[in-house]
Amino acid sequence: MTRQMTGAKMVVQALRDQGVDTVFGYPGGAVLPIYDEIFQQNDIRHILVRHEQGAVHAAEGYARSTGKPGVALVTSGPGATNAVTGLTDALLDSIPIVVLSGQVPTFMIGTDGFQEADTVGITRPCTKHNWLVKDTNALPGILHQAFHVAKTGRPGPVLIDIPKDVQFASGTYAAPPKGSTYRYNPQVKGDMEEITELVAALETAKRPVFYTGGGVINSGPAASQLLRELVEATGAPITSTLMGLGAYPASGKNWLGMLGMHGLYEANMAMHDCDLMINIGARFDDRITGRIDAFSPNSKKAHIDIDPSSINKVIPVDIPIVGDVAHVLEDILKVWKARGRKTNREALSKWWAKIEEWKKVDCLSYKRSEGTIKPQYAMERLEALTKDRDRYITTEVGQHQMWAAQYLGFEAPNRWMTSGGLGTMGYGFPASIGVQMAHPDALVINVAGEASWLMNMQEMGTAVQFRLPVKQFILNNERLGMVRQWQELLHGERYSHSWSEALPDFVKLAEAFGAKGILCKDPADLDDAIMEMINHDGPVIFDCLVEKHENCFPMIPSGEPHNKMLLGDASTKDAIKEGGAVLV
Amino acid sequence: MNALQIKKGSTKHSAYNLRPQFSDVQETHTLAVLVDNEAGVLARVIGLFSGRGYNIDSLTVAEVDHTGHLSRITVVTRGTPQVIEQIKAQLGRIIPVHEVHDLTTEGPSVERELALLKVSGDGDKRVEALRLADIFRANVVDSTLSSFVFEITGTPEKIDAFADLMRPLGLVEMARTGVAALARGIA
Ligand SMILES: Cc1cc2nc3c(=O)[nH]c(=O)nc-3n(C[C@H](O)[C@H](O)[C@H](O)COP(=O)(O)OP(=O)(O)OC[C@H]3O[C@@H](n4cnc5c(N)ncnc54)[C@H](O)[C@@H]3O)c2cc1C
Ligand SMILES: Cc1ncc(C[n+]2csc(CCOP(=O)(O)OP(=O)(O)O)c2C)c(N)n1
Repeated sequence: MTRQMTGAKMVVQALRDQGVDTVFGYPGGAVLPIYDEIFQQNDIRHILVRHEQGAVHAAEGYARSTGKPGVALVTSGPGATNAVTGLTDALLDSIPIVVLSGQVPTFMIGTDGFQEADTVGITRPCTKHNWLVKDTNALPGILHQAFHVAKTGRPGPVLIDIPKDVQFASGTYAAPPKGSTYRYNPQVKGDMEEITELVAALETAKRPVFYTGGGVINSGPAASQLLRELVEATGAPITSTLMGLGAYPASGKNWLGMLGMHGLYEANMAMHDCDLMINIGARFDDRITGRIDAFSPNSKKAHIDIDPSSINKVIPVDIPIVGDVAHVLEDILKVWKARGRKTNREALSKWWAKIEEWKKVDCLSYKRSEGTIKPQYAMERLEALTKDRDRYITTEVGQHQMWAAQYLGFEAPNRWMTSGGLGTMGYGFPASIGVQMAHPDALVINVAGEASWLMNMQEMGTAVQFRLPVKQFILNNERLGMVRQWQELLHGERYSHSWSEALPDFVKLAEAFGAKGILCKDPADLDDAIMEMINHDGPVIFDCLVEKHENCFPMIPSGEPHNKMLLGDASTKDAIKEGGAVLV
Repeated sequence: MNALQIKKGSTKHSAYNLRPQFSDVQETHTLAVLVDNEAGVLARVIGLFSGRGYNIDSLTVAEVDHTGHLSRITVVTRGTPQVIEQIKAQLGRIIPVHEVHDLTTEGPSVERELALLKVSGDGDKRVEALRLADIFRANVVDSTLSSFVFEITGTPEKIDAFADLMRPLGLVEMARTGVAALARGIA
């Protein structure tokens, strides 16, 4: 079906045809024709954010919690440059989003026109792909292709820059092509020879471990289902990166907890001592590997990843499998069953005995306090009081993010939204808005640090205007806690600019926006206060005053291998060597 | 596509299993990258090299298929085997990139570069320049009473050698195209 219409109308029509129900955006001169079209229809809801960075993070939250691409709409110049952090965040975390930006009219491009910026130039390195549309007739094809690129293969952010005259001009609209006619279609099936080699390795492995990541979430719910089946069937232990939490349930019997710099002792020790490592949709990030030359020195390594550039990028692997997690896991299970469902039972039970010993270290234990709320305690209580609900968690960046990852349990994929790769303070609040839009009846909580939260606090306006009952659970240590922790461990406790004075009264701040504020500083009041937050039908800022100088453990110091974890304050003195100090 | 003389063959596994992946040896590779000839595509390729800290020793680009609007980028790059594999994989991620071929590992290939050299001088030097140009099969494409412009094609090494000889004879300016390369044989 083709029809004549203006470029602006095409934008709205294409969004509709792509199944988009929500757009996060902020208007301006260069996108007024599109806003005019949005005004005249009811299929697509537009959420007016308070800053374009918020629009992009909200789109990310929407995308991560639904598996569908998130959409943001921004004006030219400052609107587009404000979107850059969100685009980069989505690129590093492989989140499918489509950002539409206005541009000065084609005949003014290059003249330093009002609010002109070289948006495709600026965003080229922080998008999976981007387009400058110079002809209205090309717009529909590009819009549809953009959705295809964002969600196919390794997902990521794309941007379409649309000059204002292209929005006004008329052209021919065509609906999305049926079936995939696009050249860009990365292979999803893995090589059967490699898969068979992996199965053979699994059958005999004495100390196998599954190391899973965000790619399992990216692959969709079927991937998590197959992963669970494979783990149960083979009886091997499983750990996950920060990005993959929920793919395997935290209550599952083979679960070791998160691995990496602030991961669990048992997970890191298992990675270090394993003889077969099966990486499923993770990318050997430096938070995981620690010192490269001492990373899991005696293991055979398999790596399943849809992006060939992830393979052998950091760690050389023995069994590379390029493909989509769900497709590859399905084949692994098939081959494993066909070959007689073999595992090395005897060795596995010895391996588990060893793991049980590591678990006894109880690496997440902490010194409890009657007088002050320990941040870990706050997380434990939040977990206890919310885990049985239809719950989604977002986070900001810092110590609180790690505590949330350590102490909250995720039973399903797409329920945990966090900025891992870029580590963007200010991500969590707008992301929670995006999640709540997608899941209006769910309990959406942003676990925040006060410093991060202030970075996008203007979005309180959005939450109140659109009646989004997001809960902002702020672990307020009045410090840039993660920075302070590093300064303590690395820079002789010289706390250079890592505390914030003049913090707002968060309760009054909430009230000023027309929302509810709750202050809690006594551990004895915590449960009631959390329940009050949950039961309030509207956005809440929860100011949880916590221990100010608590450190986040376990921790693998930069430049050290997995088996050199720090477990508590006693072990930290001079733990980070000179070489490690240059690493971040 | 065959008309473009691009060597067919799976690059899926590339050379994963053939060479030691994590050796420290620096290798020079010539890559042929077939791309949609669209705005910004060269910036994407160059931005990839600068953004990820890869080397470009030489780069040429031109449309080679006017109906399909495909350009061929020939890039000569340096790195350890692991870095070369990364470069190829990263190039493969760029959406308008159709194919990436490593002419250095995919069998024998030919490489040629064209250069123009302006040599000014008179007397014996002028005669000597002309004599050497003849030996190198360089053509005179412009001459005045006190200068020549030579056109030479060959491998980059041949052009280097010719330029070295011309330097004492009055080389004043030089323009080079960078390397163009094709696999040998029919397919
Ligand atoms: C303060 C801070 C501390 C941190 N500490 C830790 C820590 O202790 N532990 C930790 O784990 N992380 C930590 N992180 C996060 C870390 O920086 C990385 O973001 C994270 O480890 C990367 O996760 P991942 O390997 O799962 O990769 P992702 O970034 O999720 O990448 C996914 C991988 O899967 C592939 N993929 C995508 N889709 C598919 C598909 N359909 N099929 C197959 N493959 C696919 C992609 O190509 C990519 O290689 C921390 C972050 C911050 C900000
Ligand atoms: C935009 C941005 N700027 C700076 C940093 C560096 N950084 C990482 S954690 C952190 C402190 C975060 O403090 P807060 O949000 O209060 O969380 P806490 O660590 O105290 O839990 C800083 C400054 C960052 N990650 N993002």
